Amino acid sequence: MKRRTFFKVTTTLAATLMAGAAFAQDNIIVGAVAPKTGPLAGGAAVTHWPNIKLWVDEVNARGGLNVGGEQRMLEVIEYDDQTNPAETIKAVQRLATQDNADIILAPYSTGLNIAAAPIFDRLGFPQITSSAATDQIGELSGQFNDMFFLLGRSTDLAEDAVEVLSDLREAGEIGNRVAMVNVADAFGIELMAVAKPAVEAAGFELVYETSYPLGTQDLSPIMKAVKGADPDAFVAWSYPPDTFGLTEQAMIEELDVKAFYTAVATAFPAFAGRFGAAAEGVMGIGGVNTASPEFMDYAARHEAATGAKPDYWASGMMYASLQILEEAIETTGTLDMAEVTQFIKDNAFETVMGTIDFDDQNSNTAYWTVGQWQGGEFKGIKETGRDGAVEPILKTGWE
Amino acid sequence: MDILITGLILGGTYALIALGLNLQYGVSRIMNLANGEMLVIGAFAAFTLFTVGQVSPLLTIFLVAPLAYVLNWLIYRIMLRPLVKRAKNRGMLEVDAILTTFGLSFVMVGLMIWAFGGDYFSYSYLARPITVFGDNYGLNRVVAFVCAAILCAALFLWLNVSRAGMAIRAVAVSPENARLVGIDVPKLSARAFALGGAVTAVGGAVISTFLTLDASTGVMFTMKALIIVIMGGVGDVRGTILAALVLGVGETFVASVIDPGLTLVAAYALFILILLFRPQGFFGRKPT
Repeated sequence: MKRRTFFKVTTTLAATLMAGAAFAQDNIIVGAVAPKTGPLAGGAAVTHWPNIKLWVDEVNARGGLNVGGEQRMLEVIEYDDQTNPAETIKAVQRLATQDNADIILAPYSTGLNIAAAPIFDRLGFPQITSSAATDQIGELSGQFNDMFFLLGRSTDLAEDAVEVLSDLREAGEIGNRVAMVNVADAFGIELMAVAKPAVEAAGFELVYETSYPLGTQDLSPIMKAVKGADPDAFVAWSYPPDTFGLTEQAMIEELDVKAFYTAVATAFPAFAGRFGAAAEGVMGIGGVNTASPEFMDYAARHEAATGAKPDYWASGMMYASLQILEEAIETTGTLDMAEVTQFIKDNAFETVMGTIDFDDQNSNTAYWTVGQWQGGEFKGIKETGRDGAVEPILKTGWE
Repeated sequence: MDILITGLILGGTYALIALGLNLQYGVSRIMNLANGEMLVIGAFAAFTLFTVGQVSPLLTIFLVAPLAYVLNWLIYRIMLRPLVKRAKNRGMLEVDAILTTFGLSFVMVGLMIWAFGGDYFSYSYLARPITVFGDNYGLNRVVAFVCAAILCAALFLWLNVSRAGMAIRAVAVSPENARLVGIDVPKLSARAFALGGAVTAVGGAVISTFLTLDASTGVMFTMKALIIVIMGGVGDVRGTILAALVLGVGETFVASVIDPGLTLVAAYALFILILLFRPQGFFGRKPT
C-alpha cells in the first residue's frame, strides 16, 4: 500500500515535472542586451531595463502572449554589453544561436543599435530601436530593412531646439546672443554639427562655443566662460553626468539666461529630483504629452511595477516598441520574424506615445523634439506631428 | 586668480581621489585597481543616507570611514595576504595584485548593480554659490576642498609625528629593513591598506555632493588616482598632494585659457613629462 502511494506520488511528481518541462519549452524566449555597466549604464537603467520588466510582468500576468491561439509565457534572457559594441554583437549572436531566443529586443543608444544592425539583419530579427537618434535613417533602413526608428532624426532634434529660441526672439522675449557647448562624443558632435549652422542661419550671434571630453569632472571653467560671454540663451548638447554638472554650475555662477537647454537626462525624473524648483523652465531634448491619458496610465504602471517613474522622452518610446512587437506577434499569430517584420511595416499601432505609423524608411515621423520643465513635469513644447505641445516659458532665475 | 582658485579646488578633489591609493600602493605595495569602486561605495552611502534620511554627507563620512576600514582590512586579510605571502619579489606581488584587484573591481561593480541598480546617484547638496575674491564658486566644492585639506594635513602629521606613522613610512621605504628594526610589516601593511580604503571611501562620500556617479564609474577615478600617485611618487603623501594640485591647476588653466576640449590632453601630457624627467615623483630621490 505504502509502496503504491509512493509510486503514485512519484509518478504524479514526474508527470508534473515533465509537464513543467514541456511548459518551459513553450515559453517564448525574449533576448535582451543593453548596458548594465559602462558609460551608458545609468541611462539604460532609467530608460531601457525597467520597460522590459514592466512589459514582461504585464504580459505574463495576462497569461502570456497569444501566438496562433496558444497562450505562451515570456521568459527573458538578459546580457550586459558593458556599453561595448563588440559585446552587443556577441550577445545578439549568442541569444540567437545558443539561447534560441524567439525575439531579440533592440539594444540601447544610437551607437550600440547601429553596431548591432548587421547582426540583427543577418539573423532576420526586427530591430525596433527606441533610443537611437540619427540622421542616417535612410541609409540604415535601406541596407538593413528590418531596422525601425522611433526616436527620430538628430537634425530635427537640434533644429527644433534652435527654432524654439528663434520663436522666443521673434516674440521679443530673448536677445540675440547664444552660447553653445557639446560633449566630445558621437552624439554631442553630431548635434553640434547640425545646431551650429542652424543657429547662424537663424541670425543668432554665437558668443561662445566649445566642446569638452566625456567624463569631465570640473565644468566650472566652461560655465565661467559662458557667463563671461553674457549670452541670452544657453544650449548644451550634453550627456547625463554633464547635464547635471552644467546645470549645477549654472546655478552656482547664477547664469542669468532666459532660455537654458541641456540635452540627454534633462527629461529624467532624477533631474527634477535633484534640482527641485530650480529645474522650472529648463529645456531639454525630448518631451511627451504629459496630459495624455495613455501616457499617464503608462507612467503609473511603470512606477508601480519598477518603483521608478519613466523618463519624459525615450522611456515611452521603449515601451511603445514592445507594444508594437506584441501586437505584431499576436495579430499575425506567429513567431516567424519575417512575417512579423512585414506586419510592422504595413500597419499603424496605437501606443502609449500615440499612433505610430512607419514611413517607407521604417521611420516614425511624428515625435517630440524639445521639452521643458513646467510645474514639476517635463512637457513637450516642440514636435514633428504630435498633439499636446504646450507653450514654452522663460527661465527666471535658479531659486 | 579665478583660475588658480578653481584649479586648487579641483586639485583638492583629486587629492581625495588619490590619497587612499597612495597609502595602499606605497605602503602595502598593492596596486589596487578596485580603488575607484571603493570610492563609488562611499558615494553611494552618502547618496542613500541623504535621500532616505536627509543625513548630511559630512556626517555620513564618520560612518563610512570605520566601515570602509573594516571592509578593506578584510579584503586585505582574505584576498591579498596570500598573494603577499607567496610572492617571491615585489614585481611578482605587483602583477598578482593588479590582476586580483582588477577582478575585484568587476565583482564590486556587479554587487553594486545587483544591490542598488545601475541608476545615477544624483542629489543636490550645498549647490549654492559662495563668493571668494569677487568670483562665485560652488559651496559643495569648497567644502570638499576643506575636507581634503583637513584629511591631508591630518594624514601628513600622523605619518610624520606619531610612532605608528613613522613605522608606516619605514615600511613604505623598505619593507625588508623595516622588519629588521622590529616593525610588524604584515600587520602594518593590512592597516595601511585599510586606512587607504577608508580615505578613498570618505573621498567618495564628499565628491558625491557635486559629481553624478553610477555603479560603473569607478574605473574613471582609478585612472585619475593612478596618474596622480605615480606623478607624486609612490608612498609619498606630500608628492600626491602636490601632484593633485598641479593637475587641478593645469587642467583648469588649459580649460580656461586654451580650450576645455584639451583638459585630458593636458593631464596626460603632464603625466608623460613627469615620467620622462622625474620618474621617481616630485620629492623622490634618484635611485643610486
